[in-house]
Amino acid sequence: MKLFIKLVKKVAGFFLNVEWEADEEIVVLFGPSGAGKSITLKLIAGLMEPDEGFVKLSGNILYDSERKINVPPQKRPFGYVFQDSTLFPHMTVKGNIAYGGKHIDKRSLEHSVRQMIKHFHLEGLEDKFPNEISGGQKRRVALAMALMREPKALLLDEPLAALDSQIKLEVMELLREVREKFAIPIVFVTHDIFEALSLADKMVIYINGRIAQIGAPLEIFNNPISQDVERLLCARELFEEIYILSGAPTPNRFRQFRKT
Amino acid sequence: MDSSILFSLRLSFQVAFLATLLATPLGILIAYLLAMKNFRGKGALDAFFTLPLVLPPVVVGYYLIVLFGKNGIIGKFLYEATGWSIMFTWYAAVLASFFVAFPLMVKTTKAAIEAVDKNLVDASYTLGHTEWDTALKVILPLAKRGIIAGSILTFARALGEFGATLMFAGNIPGKTNTVPLAIFTYMTSGQYTKAHIMAVLFTLISAISLYMANKYGGSAIR
Repeated sequence: MKLFIKLVKKVAGFFLNVEWEADEEIVVLFGPSGAGKSITLKLIAGLMEPDEGFVKLSGNILYDSERKINVPPQKRPFGYVFQDSTLFPHMTVKGNIAYGGKHIDKRSLEHSVRQMIKHFHLEGLEDKFPNEISGGQKRRVALAMALMREPKALLLDEPLAALDSQIKLEVMELLREVREKFAIPIVFVTHDIFEALSLADKMVIYINGRIAQIGAPLEIFNNPISQDVERLLCARELFEEIYILSGAPTPNRFRQFRKT
Repeated sequence: MDSSILFSLRLSFQVAFLATLLATPLGILIAYLLAMKNFRGKGALDAFFTLPLVLPPVVVGYYLIVLFGKNGIIGKFLYEATGWSIMFTWYAAVLASFFVAFPLMVKTTKAAIEAVDKNLVDASYTLGHTEWDTALKVILPLAKRGIIAGSILTFARALGEFGATLMFAGNIPGKTNTVPLAIFTYMTSGQYTKAHIMAVLFTLISAISLYMANKYGGSAIR
């Protein structure tokens, strides 16, 4: 599976113009709030319509402005996890996960749901409602629900926001497992540099509706293309921090160090 | 209790119940369109369904006569075809109550539907569910309290309908005199005891309706 996108969209004074691709890897869309990352996911999923561009998944064209193709969101094979991991508050954990399995017939649905519950360590919570479970558990349910469709790509909008660090690590581990097991492109939106650096196979840096740089995290970290990117990555501060912690006295030799 | 009081009470409930039965599904449909869709003339449609809330019910009754009376725009054809007119029957009371109470159903339900998290609707779409499925399984269940509150308010309003009913159904004893009309008749003809009994009964029923609307509707109507 490979996801190709090119999107141009003007919304209320904000202009988005981006183009990138994702293999069966974790692609992190990284940038400050309001840079157009979440809108990108909505445009890919078909929840908003671009002004121009395309969304292609391997051979399938899901959107193409020139050919006037616009597949409705219901027919696009994406698993989407919304900001705050939106769950249906009137359905139980089991009900939420089952709601993701629309295409599965009744008899195998129960089996699939049970497997997801096992896979995401949700045993014992089947009959609880979303307001009765913790933040980390909610993320796991949201992921399970999104994967029930056997999506051809995952779109995750800040799935780790507002989790404490222990649980963050757990969910990150889970995402890596998902990458291995499902072998699909995973697009992960965040403005948290630590999440980005520890999860990304590829980073796409968003600044103000445009792409500033694309590459492997270390590559970008070591060679930020512009001052804006460098500032965004807090590269200097991170290095200085490490220097200070390690007791090395020369933070002003930072640039020299970076080049080696 | 006097049999005429019992008749009026029964008729009132019968009329209000049918009006609510009519208003609930229609109200949900209109509220859904107004809350979820964008189309030309949406503002006008919204205003049209709100109008009876601010119009004197007598004026609503007047329009009903213009539309459904023996010589009315629609009523004329019905009368020519069947020799029957809805005017001065208890069905007319149902129609009058329906139109006067309908805005309460639409307004309350619309507010409840608008309060449903848009992300949940989007989430349902990305999971492959059609708009119809999403409306039935996500939007309406989450707007349930508002819909129930709307129905109870509609019922209470329909129960108390006076002006439009008087115009369109008339005040015919033993046929179309619902409780509000009966109270009016008793008062103007000096039968104060009967008027008192009915007024107190009615106040109680309305208070209970409001209490129930608050209890089941929760924040939807406050």
